Amino acid sequence: MNPLLELDGVSKSFGGVRANTAIDLAVGEGEIVGLIGPNGSGKTTLFNSIAGHHPIDAGSIRFAGQEISRLRVPQIARRGIIRTFQQTRVYRRMTCMQNMVVSAPVAAQGIAGMLGRIAREDGERAQALLDFVGLAALRHSQAGDLSFGQQRLLEFAMALMRRPRLLLLDEPTAGINPTLINGVIDRLRRANAELQVTLLVIEHNMRVIMNLAQRLYCMSHGEMLAAGTPGEVRNDPRVLAAYLGGS
Amino acid sequence: MRALGFAAVAVGAILALAAPFLLPNYVAQFAILWMMVLLALTWDLIGGQMGYNSFGNIVFFGIGCYAAAVVQRSLDVEYFAGLALGGIAGLVLAVAAALVLGSGILRLRGQYFAICTLGLGVAAGELASGWDFIGAGGGMTAPVYPGSPRGAGVFFYYLFLVLAVVCFLTLRALYARRFGLVANAIRDDEDKAEAMGLPTTQYKVAAWMIAAAFLSLAGAAYGHLQGFIDPRDIAFSGETLGVWMVLMAILGGSGTLWGPVVGAIVFDVTQEVFWTYLLGWQRVALGVLIVVIVVFFPQGIIGFLAERWPERFGSRRVSSLLVPDKVS
Amino acid sequence: MDNLLVLWQAPTLTLQLLIDGVLVGAIYCLPAYGMALVWGVMKIINVAQGDFVMLGGYVALYVSYAGIHPMFGVPVAAAVLFVFGWIVYQLVIRHIVDRDLFVSVLATFGISIVLQQLANQLFSANVETAEANLGSTYLFGSTIVVGNIKLVAVAIALVLAVVLFLFLKHSRLGQAIRATAQNPRAARILGIETSQVFAMTYALNAAICGAAGALVVQIWIIHPYIGLTYTIRAFMIVVVAGLGNIAGVVLAGLGLGAAEQFASFLLGAEYQAAFVFSLLVVILLWRSQMLARRRLYLK
Ligand SMILES: Nc1ncnc2c1ncn2[C@@H]1O[C@H](COP(=O)(O)OP(=O)(O)O)[C@@H](O)[C@H]1O
Ligand SMILES: [Mg+2]
Repeated sequence: MNPLLELDGVSKSFGGVRANTAIDLAVGEGEIVGLIGPNGSGKTTLFNSIAGHHPIDAGSIRFAGQEISRLRVPQIARRGIIRTFQQTRVYRRMTCMQNMVVSAPVAAQGIAGMLGRIAREDGERAQALLDFVGLAALRHSQAGDLSFGQQRLLEFAMALMRRPRLLLLDEPTAGINPTLINGVIDRLRRANAELQVTLLVIEHNMRVIMNLAQRLYCMSHGEMLAAGTPGEVRNDPRVLAAYLGGS
Repeated sequence: MRALGFAAVAVGAILALAAPFLLPNYVAQFAILWMMVLLALTWDLIGGQMGYNSFGNIVFFGIGCYAAAVVQRSLDVEYFAGLALGGIAGLVLAVAAALVLGSGILRLRGQYFAICTLGLGVAAGELASGWDFIGAGGGMTAPVYPGSPRGAGVFFYYLFLVLAVVCFLTLRALYARRFGLVANAIRDDEDKAEAMGLPTTQYKVAAWMIAAAFLSLAGAAYGHLQGFIDPRDIAFSGETLGVWMVLMAILGGSGTLWGPVVGAIVFDVTQEVFWTYLLGWQRVALGVLIVVIVVFFPQGIIGFLAERWPERFGSRRVSSLLVPDKVS
Repeated sequence: MDNLLVLWQAPTLTLQLLIDGVLVGAIYCLPAYGMALVWGVMKIINVAQGDFVMLGGYVALYVSYAGIHPMFGVPVAAAVLFVFGWIVYQLVIRHIVDRDLFVSVLATFGISIVLQQLANQLFSANVETAEANLGSTYLFGSTIVVGNIKLVAVAIALVLAVVLFLFLKHSRLGQAIRATAQNPRAARILGIETSQVFAMTYALNAAICGAAGALVVQIWIIHPYIGLTYTIRAFMIVVVAGLGNIAGVVLAGLGLGAAEQFASFLLGAEYQAAFVFSLLVVILLWRSQMLARRRLYLK
């Protein structure tokens, strides 16, 4: 199988802090892969490297067979990798509908793309996706007025609106009301199955990730500690040590 | 409600067209009023809508001023042809300048952008005051209008009216399209917009180029209206027009379509009052006004109305998809 | 640019420009340091910085009109501007402390306009200078002339900087200021009245600027519209040096002073202001290039 995303020896340090050391990671097309690790182990940094927010010090990042580690953020996004943020980011002074419609991909490039009209299909798809995450009733509310969990859902819907091939989700259930978490898991699965979106998910909630992911990676102190099926990783003594030592 | 708004616009249009005949003594002041509307509108395109608060847009105005005068000086053509050619020359220069400068400066964020553009505006004025080709500190003259002073007033009135209206309609069309949404996305969270694949620099530079085009035309007309171009007081007048455009947009409500228009009208009329009653202290009063508006009234007139009566003045995107009452 | 050759042929002239530049640059450090203080503690960029310098200059000028040596204008200007800064804080700054940084840029820009126009009304637009009459020192067989006033001014600037440093390090208020700069919320929990700390910081900054202005009027000139150049100089120095880096501020300040002297010699004095403002644009672009290499920490 040819992996969709393939990281080879990716390293990144900030001054003296080695946030990522020689990370290897692969995500196959259509998979749901989890990324776990104690706080500060370098998971978000890895997302930032993949999405192009900073240049990496060493290693290579290939997406659909092509090297992307030197591309800029919007270029990587247009290739089909969309990431969400640990601290949710939405356009706070725009309505949910506006947040969604502006996230639609545009076929036209350059001036034509910039000056284009807002397509009716985009509006309809925005409605459908807002419906999908359960925000249909709030579609004309300002995003900044939504609750924290609702903003998370909106951010997820915006990412889907962009029609990504690979979605990087940074702690999608953090701060979400525990009674709603099952709903989120269900939607992630459906996005994967029905919209053919490959998922790489950073998650703190062990129950969620064990339930959701087909494969798991575990990081600690910037290094890749273990990889395998959820069962294998959970029973790996190094992983247990990292979590116990970390907390 | 719709009909009422339409009626208001219609009455406004008739008054605007008839103003030179209704109040012939104030025709020059009204010409300037339309210029102010244009200045505020173009500032808000990049400032209010995109969140790039510039103090340096006056650069493009000054380029237009000088380009038109230089063309008039060097080409031996009739007044209006010279003005038209000069306007085009200024437009090309200003748009090119916006492209070159914008590609660098628009990568700066927030306060760094603001202060950089402040420096840019002053630097332009200082450079112009040292450059002999355009008369250095002594300035340049534009040719005299071939006709009566009253004819000149009427001509420039309609010229500025047309420029302001075209500018307004252009921006309205832009805001109703993707462009407006992307502009607001950049304002709200540029990092997010980039992560969502939006080529933000391209949008910012395009917006600055559009602003530069209108500003340069306004500058060309203003230089000809004044007949004399001083580098620091007329062309690159950062202390007056440069600040006023920011103030007018904020006063009316930045980030809204009508805000800059309302702000410019309120400001310009108020300012005319200041001129007559304050005798020399008007600049001080204007500074105080800036502080008061920025500190105590940042939402502006339209923003204030929208807070009070959201259903009547709330954000209204022209695309029917995004308007609450149109979606079934 | 012909002057480049002159510089090459006359090394003492180069030295003269360098000395002049460094001496002037030492004065630039004061408002720059104050700007960094206010920026770091209150998260406010004070565009009125240069106008405080300008006002300090007028205070010293009026001291000299009263028949007193303008050097005594330094403490007087510092005291007057301290009170003035405190008033400005209470009237305006208080309301914008926790607002967007751009609001502070715009609001203090408004203050700057008010001050320069007030000065224009009260003192007229004339260019003024206060004669210190301290003579000059001649070096290398009088090929190099240094006005004694410049040496004295630099000495005073140095003393002020040291006093300020010790004050921030050891006094109770200084410690409160530093604690607030690091973490306002924690400072509040520790029982520090942050609003008072802010008021004092802003007033102190105005006093520093006032003292600098009293020196400027003796070694150079002032007029109502001179403020913005000092603001821009201070801003550039802080951008290059970074917040809370005294050595950096001093180096950048001296470097800027020297660069300006050479630029105005090479390009002509009429371009000195253009040079300062263009340099600002260049420095900010350089900074954004550097930042682009190590982008911000996104969470
Ligand atoms: N831009 C940066 N500058 C300095 N340090 C950073 C930067 N980005 C990440 N770090 C550091 O890298 C380490 C890993 O952080 P992070 O990737 O956020 O961990 P996680 O997401 O696993 O909790 C932390 O110590 C963090 O402080
Ligand atoms: Mg993280």
